[in-house]
Amino acid sequence: MTHFVYDGSFEGLLTAIFEVYERKADIVRIIPASQYQPDAFSEKIEIYPDETKANRVWKGLQKKLSVDGLTNVFSCYLSELPDREELILEFCRLVFASDDKVEENYGSPIVLRVAQIGRQLFREKHRFEAFVRFGQLQDGTFYATIDPDFNVIPLIISHFVTRYADQAWIIYDIRRKYGIYYDKTEVQEVRFDFSPLAQPGNASPETYDSREDLYQLLWQAYFKSVNIPARRNMKLHRKHVPIRYWKYLIEKQPGKPYRS
Amino acid sequence: MSDRIIQKLEILADAAKYDVSCSSSGSKRENKNKGLGDAKGMGICHTYTEDGRCVSLLKILLTNYCIYDCAYCVTRRSNDVQRAAFTVEEVVDLTINFYRRNYIEGLFLSSGIFKDPDYTMERLVRVAKKLRTEHNFNGYIHLKSIPGASDELMQEAGLYADRLSVNIELPSEQSLKQLAPEKNTADIEKPMAAISQAIRQNRNEIQVFKKAPLFVPAGQSTQMIVGASPESDWQVMQKADQLYKSFGLKRVYYSAYVPVMEDNRLPALSSAPPVLRENRLYQTDWLLRFYGFSLEEILNQQHPDLSTEMDPKLTWALRNLHLFPVDINTADYEMILRIPGLGVKSAKKIVAARRFGKITLEHLQKFGVMLNRAKYFLNCPGQRYQLGELSESDIKRRILAQAEGRSGSRQLNLFG
Repeated sequence: MTHFVYDGSFEGLLTAIFEVYERKADIVRIIPASQYQPDAFSEKIEIYPDETKANRVWKGLQKKLSVDGLTNVFSCYLSELPDREELILEFCRLVFASDDKVEENYGSPIVLRVAQIGRQLFREKHRFEAFVRFGQLQDGTFYATIDPDFNVIPLIISHFVTRYADQAWIIYDIRRKYGIYYDKTEVQEVRFDFSPLAQPGNASPETYDSREDLYQLLWQAYFKSVNIPARRNMKLHRKHVPIRYWKYLIEKQPGKPYRS
Repeated sequence: MSDRIIQKLEILADAAKYDVSCSSSGSKRENKNKGLGDAKGMGICHTYTEDGRCVSLLKILLTNYCIYDCAYCVTRRSNDVQRAAFTVEEVVDLTINFYRRNYIEGLFLSSGIFKDPDYTMERLVRVAKKLRTEHNFNGYIHLKSIPGASDELMQEAGLYADRLSVNIELPSEQSLKQLAPEKNTADIEKPMAAISQAIRQNRNEIQVFKKAPLFVPAGQSTQMIVGASPESDWQVMQKADQLYKSFGLKRVYYSAYVPVMEDNRLPALSSAPPVLRENRLYQTDWLLRFYGFSLEEILNQQHPDLSTEMDPKLTWALRNLHLFPVDINTADYEMILRIPGLGVKSAKKIVAARRFGKITLEHLQKFGVMLNRAKYFLNCPGQRYQLGELSESDIKRRILAQAEGRSGSRQLNLFG
C-alpha cells in the first residue's frame, strides 16, 4: 500500500491523482495530512500542490465529462466525506479508462454515488441561495453567517456576486471558520477572530443599521400574513424547510431581532 | 410611522395570498451595469408558509379598495374588512430592502380595482417602472394585468415585468356570471390574447435583433379557483388545456377555494378547502405538460373526475393494464415515463445507463424509484411479478394498503 499524503486542497488532490498515474501506483490511498497516521507497512509519499500537474488532470477530465460531471467531481471534494479521495480516484480511473460517456453509467456503484453526492451538494447549494439572510451593518455592509452541512461557499459565490453587484456583503461559514467578502469589485476570502463578546449571534444592536430591525419586523409580519391557516400542513412545511435551517430564518423566530 | 407600514403590509399581504402563483423562474433578465438583482435561471423559494407553499416573491396588493363585488373574493366591495393602500414609494422601498437582505426573488404586485381599470393599472406600471429605471432593479417582477385596462398600459407593463397574468377566475362562463356578475370571460380573455400576441411578436424580433427589449420574458400565467363552482375535473382541465393551447401560457394555477365569507352561492364557511382535489389537478397538469399524456387519456366522458384515492398516473395505468409490464431495458423513454412510481429523472437515468449493461431491480432501488408501485408495471432482471398474475383490483389493494401502512394518513406529494 502506498499512502499519498496531500494538503487537503482540491489542487493538492488533483496533483496526488497525477502522481498516482505517473508512478503507476496500483494499491494506494490518498489521505489529507490532517488525518494521516503513519503505518509501518505502507510507503508514504508527500504531495505538494502543483498547478501544472493538477491542470493536466482537470483538462483530462474536461475532455471526457460534461459540465455537470465536472461539477460532481468538485462537489465530492466539497462534501468532506471520509472516503471522498478514494471515490474521486476510482471515478477518475473509470473515466480515463473508457472512451464512452462513463458518467452516465449509473449501473456502476461509483458513478451512481458520484452523481448522488453531486445532487446532494446541489441541493445544499440551492438551499443556501435561498436561506442566507443578510442584515445590514452600520457601515452599509450586508452580513450573514451560515453553518452548512457541506462546504458550499465555493458553489454559491458566483450566484451572490451577480445578484448583489452593487452592495458590499459578507457570507461567513462559522463551522469552517472562513467567509467571503465582496467589496463591489471583487471577492476575497476572509477569516475573523471573534472576540468572546461578539460571537456569531451575539452582535450588539449598535453594530447594525438603524433601520435593520424595522425590515426584520416587516418580514416577520409578511411571513405571518401570507399563511393560510385553513390549509395548515406542518409536515409539508418541515419537508421544505427542515428544522436544522430554522436558525437562519428571521421569519421562524418572531418577536426577537435576528443577529448574524 | 413604522407601526402603520407594518399594519398596511399585514392587510395587503393577507389580501393577496389567495393568488397562488409564486414562480420566479424562466426569465432571461440579467444583472446589468452592476445594478441590483438578477432574474435569470432557476426560481428560488426563500421560505415556505406553514401550509407548505413556496414564498419566492413579495406578494401584495397595491390596495384592497375595490369597486367590484365578486362573491369568492375577500376584497369584494360588500365585505367588511380593513382597507389600506400603499404608495408607489412604499412598495419600491419594501421590494428593494427585502431583496437586498435575500428574503425574496422579487415582487408580485396585484391590486383591487379602484376608480377604474386604467387608473389602477397605471399605478402598478409606475411601481415597476421606478424599480427598473430609477433603481436598476433586475430582480423578478410579476404584474397582474387588470382586465379592461388599455392596450398601451399593458404594452408598457410588459416592458418592465418578467411575467404578466390575468386570472380566468372560474372554469366556466356560467359560474363567472353567477359569482362575479361584473366580469365576463371575453373581457378576461381579451388581454390574455393581446399579451400572447405581443410575446410572440417580441420573440420574433429578438431573433432578428438580439438587442430588442425583453417583453414579459417569463411568459404569462393564470389562475382558476376550484371548488367554488360545480364544474367537474374534466371541465376544469379542458379549460386549462384550451388556455395552454390558445394563449401559450406558461402555467395555469389551480386554487382550492378557501371560504372567506357566508354567501348562499358558495360552499359554507365551515367547509375545508379541497386541497387534495387541487393536488390531483396539479398532478394531471404535470402529466399533460411533462409526461406526454393527452387530456382524454386521463379525463373523459366515462371518467369526468379524478380519483381521490390514487394519483392520476396510477389510475391511468390500472385502466390500461394491457400496456404493461414495460421492459425497462428495451422500451422507449416515453413508455418508461408512464410507469407509476417513476419520474423524469429516473426514466432518464434508465435510458442512459442501459447502454452499459442490463438494469436490474436492484439498480432501480438505488435510483430512487418507488418500487412498491413500479414493481407491478415493469419487467427487468430481479422482478418477481409475472405478467397477468395479478388483477387490477389486486394491484390497487396492495398499493393502497402499503401506502396507508407507511404514512398512517394520506400524503400530499406532487408525484406518486
